[in-house]
Amino acid sequence: MKIAVSVKRVPDTETRIKIGPDGKSINEAGVKFVLNPYDEYAVEEALRLKEAAGTGEVVVYSLGGDACQETIRTVLAMGADRGVLLKTNERSLDPLPVARLLADALRDEGFDLILTGKLAVDDYSHAVGTMVAELLGIPSVSAVAHLMIADGKGTAEREIEGGVEVVDFPLPAVVTTDKGLNEPRYPALKGIMMAKKKPLEVRDVELTSGGIEVVTLTLPPERQGGRIVGEGADAVPALIEALRTEAKVL
Amino acid sequence: MANVLAVLEQRDGTLKRVSHETLSAGRTLASAIGGELHAVLIGPGGMDGDGLGAWGADTVFVTADDALALYQASSYADVVTSRVADGTYGAVLLAATAMGRDLAPRIAARLGCPLAGDVTALEYDEGIVVGRPVYAGKADYRLRITNSPCVITLRPNNFSPSESQAAGAIETVGFAGASDGVACTVLVKEPGKAALDVAEAPIVVSGGRGLKEPEHFKLIEDLAAALGNAAVGASRAVVDAGWRPHAEQVGQTGKTVSPNLYVAVGISGAIQHLAGMRTAKVIVAINKDKDAPIFKVADYGIVGDLFKVVPRLTEEIRKVRGN
Ligand SMILES: Cc1cc2nc3c(=O)[nH]c(=O)nc-3n(C[C@H](O)[C@H](O)[C@H](O)COP(=O)(O)OP(=O)(O)OC[C@H]3O[C@@H](n4cnc5c(N)ncnc54)[C@H](O)[C@@H]3O)c2cc1C
Ligand SMILES: Nc1ncnc2c1ncn2[C@@H]1O[C@H](COP(=O)(O)O)[C@@H](O)[C@H]1O
Repeated sequence: MKIAVSVKRVPDTETRIKIGPDGKSINEAGVKFVLNPYDEYAVEEALRLKEAAGTGEVVVYSLGGDACQETIRTVLAMGADRGVLLKTNERSLDPLPVARLLADALRDEGFDLILTGKLAVDDYSHAVGTMVAELLGIPSVSAVAHLMIADGKGTAEREIEGGVEVVDFPLPAVVTTDKGLNEPRYPALKGIMMAKKKPLEVRDVELTSGGIEVVTLTLPPERQGGRIVGEGADAVPALIEALRTEAKVL
Repeated sequence: MANVLAVLEQRDGTLKRVSHETLSAGRTLASAIGGELHAVLIGPGGMDGDGLGAWGADTVFVTADDALALYQASSYADVVTSRVADGTYGAVLLAATAMGRDLAPRIAARLGCPLAGDVTALEYDEGIVVGRPVYAGKADYRLRITNSPCVITLRPNNFSPSESQAAGAIETVGFAGASDGVACTVLVKEPGKAALDVAEAPIVVSGGRGLKEPEHFKLIEDLAAALGNAAVGASRAVVDAGWRPHAEQVGQTGKTVSPNLYVAVGISGAIQHLAGMRTAKVIVAINKDKDAPIFKVADYGIVGDLFKVVPRLTEEIRKVRGN
């Protein structure tokens, strides 16, 4: 099986966000960047499928600045075979230009399966993987928590409101991964050493901003510090009163 | 002057409540632009789209076919994009549900147009401007969309459903049949069919590790039942422990919820949990630790033992609501 995994470098979700001087992006100074948590499931699934097939290749793609090489190396250390950086210092808040560059890179490579995260925790677009599928003219299933691949076909399960959808699809296809799909491995020391020697190709690409312009990026209004209505069960009537007359939610 | 297209969602032939939000937001936008609000309704044979004029739809395009009873990405995208191909639309709106988040990028890529996903604010100011929470809910973008048409998904519970009378004319559109070699939903397992989903419920009562044992979630379920129209949510700690299904998890790796009322019981309020619920309109926290971070975002808090506070709260709410 030849499998592509697309990964994004994102700020660690523990990190404190500060707005940059332009008022349109974050101040990256002091921010720790990590592999997008949902992409870890995609990487793990790719590695498991290759291991189960006993043969094949896992190629990792990332689009972004030079620092993404580190993210790609992390995935190589987990066990992927080689990496491709689509290098650009531009960003796009419209997921389509990103998807187009990824789709162009993937199109003629003969992948059986393309795995992405269901969303990137920085821009929360929920879009790039499914867009890549559409641009390549192949099926996709998004936010998958259970996956079976056999005989050139796949069956995926994904959570929907109040239920689970079971989806059959032919390969090649794109699957975007959700929590619950697997337990991602940590890179072992040996893997980290080996990753240094694995091929990582850097290609310059031109990313346009698409059809979305940033007006501002701001911190959310602090929630007006609430109040403790009281201690213990005796405070319940005061809470009910507040919910009825102040908040008007009862 | 462009029209707005609202893509509606059904389950078992019944329109989902969240579609009223899509219609209402679409009505407001269409009126601001000076265009009409059209709706696309895709579902099983027999669905008729009656009564949607009351939610502001000028015209409803209905494609009802048993092959479309379950969501099928490719066929649904075919129906929507052939409607958009008539060229009058400035925006296509969907709810940011499991279906909307899957269908929207398909449509946007097929139309070659921008997508703004999971928006919580939608305005018209010489063009469409949206607000979107990003960075795990820790920052908000205001974005101007410079392309027409565009595709937008609306995060549930952020756009209030409001009735407004429009013609609601119905046009039936035939279904040409599915193409070969596409992904097909073959089955929907519905363990919690009767239960309201956390992401859509107007009230969410969530429990955390403070409940100590899975059986104690009965307290949370009872409180939710007393409130009515409420869903049970959970912190990751209790989902990882196997006490509750992942479908109930609220937070960065779970669901993002914006209910009118969010009650956090025995939840400390870790940043990743807050990412999923900080846009709730009213937050109530019950925790025995007065320094728990959840109190920093809660509008109302009770410091105390949940095993004493929650049963009393459930009882008092039953009285207030007369049940
Ligand atoms: C990458 C990543 C993603 C994550 N995603 C999520 C996510 O999506 N959702 C999520 O929730 N977490 C997430 N987490 C985990 C998060 O960091 C916390 O560990 C988790 O939210 C804690 O759950 P909790 O509040 O139930 O438990 P705890 O933090 O253990 O809190 C239990 C609380 O119960 C209170 N308590 C105990 N006994 C009582 C009593 N008798 N009466 C009243 N109060 C009592 C305690 O004072 C305490 O505040 C994530 C973490 C990481 C690293
Ligand atoms: N710049 C990027 N480089 C590589 N993969 C990306 C990039 N942006 C998004 N993706 C992939 O698309 C998924 C969904 O991202 P998004 O649509 O931005 O929420 C991510 O989990 C990644 O797998």
